[in-house]
Amino acid sequence: MTIPDLDDVPARPPVAERRLHPVTPFRRAWAPVTVLAGWAVHDPNGAHEQLQRLTSTMLLVGLAVLVPAAGLYGFLSWWFTHFAVTDTELRIRTGLLFRRTAHIRLERIQAVDVTRPLLARVAGVAKLRIDVVGTDKKDELAFLGEREARALRAELLARAAGFAPETAQEVGEAPAHELLHVPPRELALSLVLTGATWGSLTAALVVPPVLWLATQSVWTVLATGLPLLGAAGASSAGRFVAEYDWTVGESPDGLRIDHGLLDRAHETVPPGRVQTVRIVEPLLWRRRGWVRVELDVAGSDNSVLVPVAPRAVAESVIARVLPGVTVPAALSRPPRRARWCVPVWWRGHGLAVTDTVFAARHGLLRRRLALVPHAKVQSVRLTQGPWERLWRLADVHVDTGADKTVTARLRDAEEAERLLRAQAERSRTGRREARPDRWMA
Amino acid sequence: METGSPEETGVAGDEPVWRGLPPGLLRMRRLLLVTWTGVLALAAGLLPGLLVGPAWAAFALLPLALAAWGWRLLGRNWRSWRYAERADDLLISRGVLWREETVVPYGRMQLVEVTSGPVERYFGLASVQLHTAAAATDATIPGLDPAEAERLRDRLTELGEARSAGL
Repeated sequence: MTIPDLDDVPARPPVAERRLHPVTPFRRAWAPVTVLAGWAVHDPNGAHEQLQRLTSTMLLVGLAVLVPAAGLYGFLSWWFTHFAVTDTELRIRTGLLFRRTAHIRLERIQAVDVTRPLLARVAGVAKLRIDVVGTDKKDELAFLGEREARALRAELLARAAGFAPETAQEVGEAPAHELLHVPPRELALSLVLTGATWGSLTAALVVPPVLWLATQSVWTVLATGLPLLGAAGASSAGRFVAEYDWTVGESPDGLRIDHGLLDRAHETVPPGRVQTVRIVEPLLWRRRGWVRVELDVAGSDNSVLVPVAPRAVAESVIARVLPGVTVPAALSRPPRRARWCVPVWWRGHGLAVTDTVFAARHGLLRRRLALVPHAKVQSVRLTQGPWERLWRLADVHVDTGADKTVTARLRDAEEAERLLRAQAERSRTGRREARPDRWMA
Repeated sequence: METGSPEETGVAGDEPVWRGLPPGLLRMRRLLLVTWTGVLALAAGLLPGLLVGPAWAAFALLPLALAAWGWRLLGRNWRSWRYAERADDLLISRGVLWREETVVPYGRMQLVEVTSGPVERYFGLASVQLHTAAAATDATIPGLDPAEAERLRDRLTELGEARSAGL
């Protein structure tokens, strides 16, 4: 049971397969225990009855069976998991009874994530995940040594970028420079100024006492109070911890996002993978001129690019993420008659189409401006309901590859018709200037 | 030969050649409508008519009115469906009250599907569905002649390969 050394992995076939870090069995060994715990929580009465019937000797015997069984399971699942990097793909072979091999094409990489949960940081290991459209949670490499994970990430990105297979390992990590760092004070203040934080806190403080007065039942109060408290914690402290030390960097490999106080997470998004960028402007942030920037990458979980930043800084980051894109300043509103379709809120809608992006805004209090580069448009749709037709209005939808649709609502019907044709044309020709999938080739 | 060269785009782009659906789909839908409302009318007429009194058999008029209304509705809906193959994209337009028009550039197509259920097969119909990387893309052309469906599939696949652009 030896771990193959990193240095003796030749790129030529037969491809050398590697195993995960030897810490992995301990993580996998938890699976049977969690199954038992899940059963106990799911059916507390049954679990209690069963426990009472057990004598201490039986308990000991049970433990004596369970612990080695869990250990064996962990060991075997680790032993039978291999991965290999070939010229064109990352191959993950796993499974003891049901074999499963995932072939992940490197030129299809949408993003590479390296996450280090708190315990993993203590053990000095990291998870590596490649986001490709259609990958599962199962397709992550957990765990790898921290240095190995960094080296593998650099190698995967170098190969995906189109470096020759012989040199891919020597290329090493591309140099990065920092674009933006969110100071903790600004982050804390932005959370204080978010309505959702206060909403969930008030709910957690108000609902349990009211329930207590109404029902006098401890269980009802606990059953509703605990999830509410959890939600309040997640939306305030949880978000602070997750978005702490948010750093956005830029390198030839693409965008680098690092964040987290306890669990550190890293994401590298190669050039040309961003499908949509959204600028969100909550009501209370407007006076300070702050915005939040979200992005969509196909197959990736992370959707935040900048948790909070002054508008000018955020726009300069967007200009790096979507090269050649300037955030349109003036948006055209729907015609006045749109107020008969959507009273008051019609003012929040807006649309601007530049040479590079389709930009649509909605929301009155919390404004959201979505930008889609023309090259990322998969299809364009025009819809019109009976009430909208009466007022000669129509909606234009733009579908992107990250399964997100950006909608310009309540446009004049004739304008929408022209927009539909023009957008289809632009999305087709916008592709010509796009960079290749292998961005260094 | 129509290959969609850039020079052609301007001409074909301005004047899409719309095609409607063959009448088979309308026939099938109307027949299904008549069958089901007929059964319903029979039940609605016979049961009260026999149990309560002959005058109550007038309930059968309700499903019949429904059938008449549905007959017109199906006709309007069928007429509203049309599609056009332009040099670089496929246009699908449909709907009477809720109108929807979809444009899918050939280069974005991930796969083309031709499906035909048992009833559709009996009437000699097949539908073509286009999938892009966006799940929201809703590009289905129902009730085509199988030969036309296959021609469309082959042409779309061919054009999609020529202009393939991925994500």
